[in-house]
Amino acid sequence: MKYTILVYENTADFGARTDAKRKDAYWGAYRAYTKALADAGVMVGGAGLQPPPLATTIRLRDGKRQVQDGPFAETKEQLGGYYVIEVPDLDQALDWAARCPSAATGGVEVRPNLST
Amino acid sequence: MSRSEDDIDAQRAAELAARTSYGRLVAYLAASWRDVAAAEDALGEALVSALETWPRAGVPDNPDSWLLAAARRRLIDAARHAKVEAAATPALELLVGQARREGVSDAVFPDERLKLLFVCAHPAIDEAARTPLMLQTVLGLDAARIASAFLVAPATMSQRLVRVKAKIRDAGIRFEVPDSRELPSRIDAVLEAIYAAFGSGWEDIAGSDPRRRGLAEEAVWLGRLVARLLPDAPEALGLLALMLHCEARRPARRDSTGRYVPLDQQDVALWSRKMIDEAEEILADASNAGKPGRFQLEASIQSAHARRTATGRTDWEAIALLYEGLLLCAGTIGARVGHAAALAQARGAGSGLAALDAIPRDSVVTYQPYWALRAHLLKRLGRADEAAQAFARAIGLSEDSAVREFLAGEAAG
Repeated sequence: MKYTILVYENTADFGARTDAKRKDAYWGAYRAYTKALADAGVMVGGAGLQPPPLATTIRLRDGKRQVQDGPFAETKEQLGGYYVIEVPDLDQALDWAARCPSAATGGVEVRPNLST
Repeated sequence: MSRSEDDIDAQRAAELAARTSYGRLVAYLAASWRDVAAAEDALGEALVSALETWPRAGVPDNPDSWLLAAARRRLIDAARHAKVEAAATPALELLVGQARREGVSDAVFPDERLKLLFVCAHPAIDEAARTPLMLQTVLGLDAARIASAFLVAPATMSQRLVRVKAKIRDAGIRFEVPDSRELPSRIDAVLEAIYAAFGSGWEDIAGSDPRRRGLAEEAVWLGRLVARLLPDAPEALGLLALMLHCEARRPARRDSTGRYVPLDQQDVALWSRKMIDEAEEILADASNAGKPGRFQLEASIQSAHARRTATGRTDWEAIALLYEGLLLCAGTIGARVGHAAALAQARGAGSGLAALDAIPRDSVVTYQPYWALRAHLLKRLGRADEAAQAFARAIGLSEDSAVREFLAGEAAG
């Protein structure tokens, strides 16, 4: 089954991406995690996302476009990227999600993909 | 005493009864009723009604028998309401009879927890459900907490527990201590389930799987219970000694800044002497029986590590030898990696790596301790590129951010 691992990061995580002292640890952990997924043969796809200030949200209301600067909702943790993996069951998907670096700092959501 | 203090006292008494007696009460009710879920529900309702009644009427002299009587009334009521099926009638009569025979205030009821433990680890019960079932029925942990410890969705864990309790009832699994012929293999299943709660991987060379850490104390409690109920089972003592040895090192596993400290760099002054002494005593008792087994061997390995408190050094040859014994009776991946680590320390990184190479690759794809050890050994052998790859794999498989940082530091240094 395919599952999507939604990686929610906090402000400190987003900050670590470019912070001179922390960026090596940050990117190193994600590179290692991504490689582990690939080496185990469960990786289907995914992407890292630019931070929330670069988000633009659009709603159509009464036929009018409402364009808003910023993410869909202002919350403490924001979507920072996602992985799509293929594993036999939810337990194994949760196993992988727990290893995602942001599980320890932000939070990681696992959802089964709709079958296509 | 003011009303609110009474309330608090009653609440405390109910909580205390719940904590200390929950498993005994569930076991006793379930053993006569043969329905774990019904016993738990009835006891749950009895606890709620205790919280309502005790502040008003005062805490009874014997809270356990009060709860037992209240739970039993509920079981009987529920069964009557359900127009008891013929099959359940004898159990109902048994309960009613017991209720008549025993006074509410002075009932001393037998400890049926051993039977309940054997039911939880019955071969007909799905192996993955045994430990959660034990934690819920004997310790009263809620499904959400158990789900977190085992990294399973809470709704899934609740469903599993409901399903497995229905199976116990409907398949008619008997509440009994197996006879001597069956006992040894059945004990193993009970001990395995307790050990699963404790969590393996404590002493993995570079990384420990932290997910079950929260249940270590509960597992030790269960271990003590089994060792007390089965004093003639050396493996039960072995398991308790093993868990105590590992628990003794808990304060040394992180430094003051929260950094991960591997076993061979731990400050032995931080190890708990009290727990080590207790573990040694229990292990000595176990070996008097002259029937070694997997848990006694694992405890002996930890005992050898504990000797460092006295000698200041670790006898890796002895540890490697103990691992060889362990591999003969339990050839798990964890034991094979542990053996390789001991060989590397005793006879050099090359010997350790050779032992790792002998483990089939398929079985270690996602086993973090294998990659962590492999990375260390490759680094020591000067094979930098391969070491970097193995470090990356170990980091990617780590759940614990402290372990990730430790490995990243090793990889860079």
